[in-house]
Amino acid sequence: MKQVLVALVEDKPGVLNRIASLFRRRNFNIESIVAGHSETPGTSRITIATDEEEHLRRNIIRHNLLKLINVIDVVDVTDRPCVIREQALIKVRANGSIRGEVGDLVKIYRARIVDVSTASLIVEVTGEPDKIDSLIEVLTPFGVVEIMRTGKVAMIRGAVNSSDQEEVIRWKNGNGRNHKQAKK
Amino acid sequence: MANSKRMLKGAEIVWECLVREGVETVFGYPGGAILPVYDALANYSDRIHHVLVRHEQGAAHMADGYSRASGKVGVAMATSGPGAVNLITGMATAMMDSSPMVCITGQVPTNVLGSDAFQETDITGATLPVTKHSYLVMEVDSLANVIREAFYIARTGRPGPVLIDIPKDVQNDVTEFEYPTDPIDLPGYHPPEKATDEEVAAVLELINGADRPLVLSGHGVLMSGARDALIAIIEKADIPVTTTLLGNDSLPHSHPLNLGMMGMHGNASANHAIQGADLIIACGMRFDDRVTGKLKTYSPNSRKIHIDIDASELNKNVRVDVAINADLATVLAQIKPGVKQRKRAEWLKTIQAWQEDATQRDVLQLESETLLGAQVIRSICENIPDDALIVTDVGQHQMLEAQYYSHEQPHTLITSGGLGTMGFGFPAAIGASFHRADREIWAIVGDGGFQMTLQELGTAVQEQANVKIAIINNGYLGMVRQWQQMFYNAHYAETPISSPDYMKLAEAYGVPGYRVDRREDIEPTLKGARRHKGPVLIEFVVEQHEMVYPMVPAGADLHKMIRRPHPEETSV
Repeated sequence: MKQVLVALVEDKPGVLNRIASLFRRRNFNIESIVAGHSETPGTSRITIATDEEEHLRRNIIRHNLLKLINVIDVVDVTDRPCVIREQALIKVRANGSIRGEVGDLVKIYRARIVDVSTASLIVEVTGEPDKIDSLIEVLTPFGVVEIMRTGKVAMIRGAVNSSDQEEVIRWKNGNGRNHKQAKK
Repeated sequence: MANSKRMLKGAEIVWECLVREGVETVFGYPGGAILPVYDALANYSDRIHHVLVRHEQGAAHMADGYSRASGKVGVAMATSGPGAVNLITGMATAMMDSSPMVCITGQVPTNVLGSDAFQETDITGATLPVTKHSYLVMEVDSLANVIREAFYIARTGRPGPVLIDIPKDVQNDVTEFEYPTDPIDLPGYHPPEKATDEEVAAVLELINGADRPLVLSGHGVLMSGARDALIAIIEKADIPVTTTLLGNDSLPHSHPLNLGMMGMHGNASANHAIQGADLIIACGMRFDDRVTGKLKTYSPNSRKIHIDIDASELNKNVRVDVAINADLATVLAQIKPGVKQRKRAEWLKTIQAWQEDATQRDVLQLESETLLGAQVIRSICENIPDDALIVTDVGQHQMLEAQYYSHEQPHTLITSGGLGTMGFGFPAAIGASFHRADREIWAIVGDGGFQMTLQELGTAVQEQANVKIAIINNGYLGMVRQWQQMFYNAHYAETPISSPDYMKLAEAYGVPGYRVDRREDIEPTLKGARRHKGPVLIEFVVEQHEMVYPMVPAGADLHKMIRRPHPEETSV
């Protein structure tokens, strides 16, 4: 599943709460939500993965998000060429004898071992969610102690800013808010 | 002087900013955490009138009623904790009906915030789903700008309630006050304006090509000031109109193209017109379940145009062919020149046949021994001026008002539509009376809803609010009883409700009181009541088992209405 919305929001207290609360009360499901600073000071970019497959329903989510005063823009990147990545830390039960075996698998997945103790090690992996699922699957027989996944982050390919790309399309369609005017 | 820098307390800044926003009336109730603001009121009481309510819910409904009557932002004020929580019903009501309102609440001091301090409630958290936006003001320096933003957000775009929560220490903190004059900077908030040329062209193609077009006129027609433009278009193109409950006064009732209200208790002819139309032009309405009935069978053979200021309403309930997110008045002005003059006699004749069928079962023609709510409401309509304001509560009387009161002028009806808040009507009428003291205002309420907020009689008397209260007393929670009769085997669980002796209640509050239980007494009593300035209470004792017809059961096909049985078949 890769239904993903990317939101640009004002970096203000409670914004994440407003977004999460909106998903809850409108009965939309969040698969993962990741927030962090954007390229513009005072704003954050949030990647929201949802299981809503229907485009029109996702558009309603998008417009509801846009209604939040602190949300500057929301792009549905589901049907766009984009890079989607996730990171995971996977703690595997592994003593001396099988460390080498785990190490080989980790190399195939271009992951890294970032911590070793006598009975376990921690694998760090970055990639498409499918790849992480697959690595977890092959590590499971060794005994997976703990998994921590970050959730998806997404970015549209090419030299466009996610928000600007949307602006161009919106401008062409004349739908939604008129950013060119608003930005002066 | 006006813009010179002064050292002011946060509490004074609140009033300074309200004055600059043009606020003349504030509805509120003091308490511990808002005391500094109330202490500062004395210096501003020559410019702002504070109305002391009897319960904070009343303050919120009054601010809402004031806002709907005046078109200005209504202001309610309360203390922290219980005071703030009591505002929530009013905020939710205003949110659903897009009523611009600013609620100001006191909060516990910032140093104990989050510690479950006395009378602490996370009110910004609690109100998240029922406010358009909210602020918790953590430092006094941001206060003036927050208030300015709050008013701007409340009244623009799709209007709604905005909450400002101010901790007590922020009210006491002193800062250099200068009213901000720079443009409001909200990077994520840009209300839409007009339609694109492509959208206009698409709309015109559909309208000019339609044989059976129908306009659905909602609250947005009134709120965006699009009424005249809409009338011009429908007259030019001979397009009939049906209205929502909140759009009931968006077109003169006597207008030949007005089919009246649609939906669950709408006119049968209007619902048939929706189902039979080949083009629906939805203006400033949101396809609420109470107007659509079952979505699968809703207006099955029509193309649909939807114009709304709120993008999230487009394609939400009903999928449409052309969705325009813009200000309605602007869009109508854009399309008006391109709408072709045309007669649609055949379509109107079809509708007329449906209308004639409906009039046969008009309850006003019925002989009855007891008084009927519909007769009372019709009489009120016939006896008061066109510009009088009607404020209704929620239930059977509300639907009867919508059916039997003819609104000729815009902004003559205030009612709780989306949330259906019982207890709304009376306080909202009091609030509305502060817009224009000389205006005739009638609160038409049921005995159930009135008892929810009748303590506001105290406010009405203290302020000598010019509100005439018409209680349609049937001794039941009538609409709930109607559902029980129709869908729960007439099992009247907890719907019979007693009332106090309303004449004694009126006497206790020092208000003229009348009781009417015969048809011939309605008119003389109305005439008598109208001679009094200030609050008057009239109890109309009506038939207990009256039903509101027609009715589309919830979730049923819109054209499958339960109709009033013919008089020969059964008595009322």
